[in-house]
Amino acid sequence: MAATHTLRAKHRRSALRTLAFLSPWLIGFAVFFAYPMISTVYFSFMHYDGFRPPTWSGTKNWTYVFEHYPFFWPALRNTLWLVVIMVTLRVLFGLGIGMLITKIKTGTGVFRTLFYLPYLAPPVAATMAFAFLLNPGTGPVNSILENVGIPAPGWFNDPNWSKPALTLMFLWGVGDLMVIFMAALLDVPKEQYEAAELDGASAWQRFRFVTLPNISPIIMFAVVTGVIAAMQCYTQPLVAGKVASGVIQGAGTMFEPGYPEHSTLTLPQLVYNLGFQRFDYGSACVVALVLFALSMAFTALLMRRRGGLIQAGD
Amino acid sequence: MPTRISEVVRKAAFALTASTVLLLSTTACTGQSATGSDDDASKETTLTFWHAWSAPNEVKAVKSLIAGFEKAHPNIQVNVVGNMTDDKINQALRAGGTKAPDVISSFTTNNVGKFCSSGALVDLNPYFEKADIDPSTTFPKAMNEYTQFDGNRCAAPLLGDAYGLYYNKTAFEKAGITAPPKTWSEFAADAEKLTITQGNTFKQLGFMPNYHGWETTTEHYLGQFSPTYFDTAGKSTIATDPAVASAFTVQKKLVDDLGGFKKLETFRSTLGDEWGPKHPFQTGQVAMQLDGEWRLGMALDAKPDFEIGVAPLPVPDDQAAQYGKGYITGTIAGIAATSKKQNAAWELVKYMTTDTDAVVAFSNAIHNVPSTLAALKSPDLKYDARFKTFLDIAANPNSTTSPASINGGVYLTTVQQLGYDYESGKVTDLKAGLQKAASQIDTDIAQAK
Repeated sequence: MAATHTLRAKHRRSALRTLAFLSPWLIGFAVFFAYPMISTVYFSFMHYDGFRPPTWSGTKNWTYVFEHYPFFWPALRNTLWLVVIMVTLRVLFGLGIGMLITKIKTGTGVFRTLFYLPYLAPPVAATMAFAFLLNPGTGPVNSILENVGIPAPGWFNDPNWSKPALTLMFLWGVGDLMVIFMAALLDVPKEQYEAAELDGASAWQRFRFVTLPNISPIIMFAVVTGVIAAMQCYTQPLVAGKVASGVIQGAGTMFEPGYPEHSTLTLPQLVYNLGFQRFDYGSACVVALVLFALSMAFTALLMRRRGGLIQAGD
Repeated sequence: MPTRISEVVRKAAFALTASTVLLLSTTACTGQSATGSDDDASKETTLTFWHAWSAPNEVKAVKSLIAGFEKAHPNIQVNVVGNMTDDKINQALRAGGTKAPDVISSFTTNNVGKFCSSGALVDLNPYFEKADIDPSTTFPKAMNEYTQFDGNRCAAPLLGDAYGLYYNKTAFEKAGITAPPKTWSEFAADAEKLTITQGNTFKQLGFMPNYHGWETTTEHYLGQFSPTYFDTAGKSTIATDPAVASAFTVQKKLVDDLGGFKKLETFRSTLGDEWGPKHPFQTGQVAMQLDGEWRLGMALDAKPDFEIGVAPLPVPDDQAAQYGKGYITGTIAGIAATSKKQNAAWELVKYMTTDTDAVVAFSNAIHNVPSTLAALKSPDLKYDARFKTFLDIAANPNSTTSPASINGGVYLTTVQQLGYDYESGKVTDLKAGLQKAASQIDTDIAQAK
């Protein structure tokens, strides 16, 4: 009996010690994740304007967002577009630039710096610069295109071109991915390439069967973090829409983000619009939860597919 | 099989995903209740005043206004913070705190309904009563209306804005036009006469009709048509009031006749911004401009190489007798519900909005329309003869404003959105578009209640 008691006490002490070591993370988790998460769910069922006490409204906010809020579905489509198209292109472009730079024999440092620098540009400044460069009337890009006889797009002023213009800007700032991919590429064992060459593997086969398996965890990392960043995309589309629309919030003017024709509207913009501009915190919480659910769904989907990309033992 | 790297990636992904909700929900979904205060306005205190003016002459005028107040109230110091947007003001009113404003002024009267219904700004009725000031005999009618909602007067007008027509007199003479247009038909004809194309673009455009062209918002156009917006039950009337459809049709015709939406948008993207010296009216690129009274001062400062004319905006052909009316809005001032110094704050609001000398001096400095009846008649009011047009528009009984609504200007953005879709050709059936917009407005108001 005494031995069992002592063992139980030892287990308890061990559990408490473990919890004590885990406590910084647990406290952080409770304060910065669990509480806001539960609050978000709670307020999504409440009528709350931030001033008066919240009152129960049932599923009214959910119905409003999904059925009556005209911007929800366009914003969802835009966010998904950015997640699928922009993330794919960013990963491919980042990998491509990384591979090219690792092949360069001289001036590597210069090219690394040149490709990394745009990543350091503040998002608002970068967007303003692109809005200037891609201005359909005065921008140098369209002047060049017109001079060589290529039809010039409307870029941020055309709903069909605004998201490609945004994507172009994000590709310009691909320096972060380039550095990660470069590190991964340089880490691939040279002897594997030598063995593949001895076996008569072509360049494509060396990439497919040597490079790709070695860097697949990094590709997964780039995709997952890219998806989450695309989900949170807020500043650049907002600034691009505002600059291109020419609407400056002044006396008597109202601005609804997403110019032109909702094409640059994203879900985080809706959270801001509903919560901070309309004082409808309940509906803002609904959109925040949709954003959360989507992020989790994409991450789970990618994790389930990781077997094809990440080899055991990596 | 799970690996160490994928675990790390998964945790990182989870943490990042969680932070989305964390960042959004912690900021979006918490708040605090409004509180009152019983401070003594005769004691030493410091107030924080947030305003939205940003141009150097405007900031100087605000400083001068506050200096006058501090001279009259030596016990109250005012910490002035300028260039504040409505979004920042909204957040500060909600969050409160030691650095939050006690008194705010906002350019957007559209937000008054939201400020009043939510309790973000305190009801000034008891303060006016205590000071024995009757707002209905102190402020012009439209301004008195747009500073209250459902009997709650949570704001007071702090100078007003009247919208009129600026025109390039030199370009008018060259085009053989002898007087500013009085009806929209005359206006359309003049706009075409004043338009000089150059290749795929314009050397001079008669008028930029697109809704994205600065002050050419739907509500500013609509003001000339005297729409009702809501019936007595609070339901949207935009689909049933013929004035609304009429305004949309006039604007769309202007867009089509002056080159079409795409050509105009491309031209617009080449023009200078609204608040800079390269404003297209000031550079002579656009011959007529729908704008507020402040443009006169700004345009004169830019020293254009043409003579500036000012007139009321045209009216619909069947309302020719009402020529002279315009859309009225303005800046509002209010006391934050989170302020602990509301009595002292009232002293500042009272001074800025009802002291005739202060209102006149501020109006003279900032080129806005005075917001009290006494100030409008003051002999100290100094203005360019052309500015009188705006004083007359402000005093015109047919002038209109957009009514306060429980969710602020959401109904106006819905109308504006239809405007964008109609002018670009995305919506072709105006009647159906108006019905859909009206239904959306009713739904949004029900959601806010």
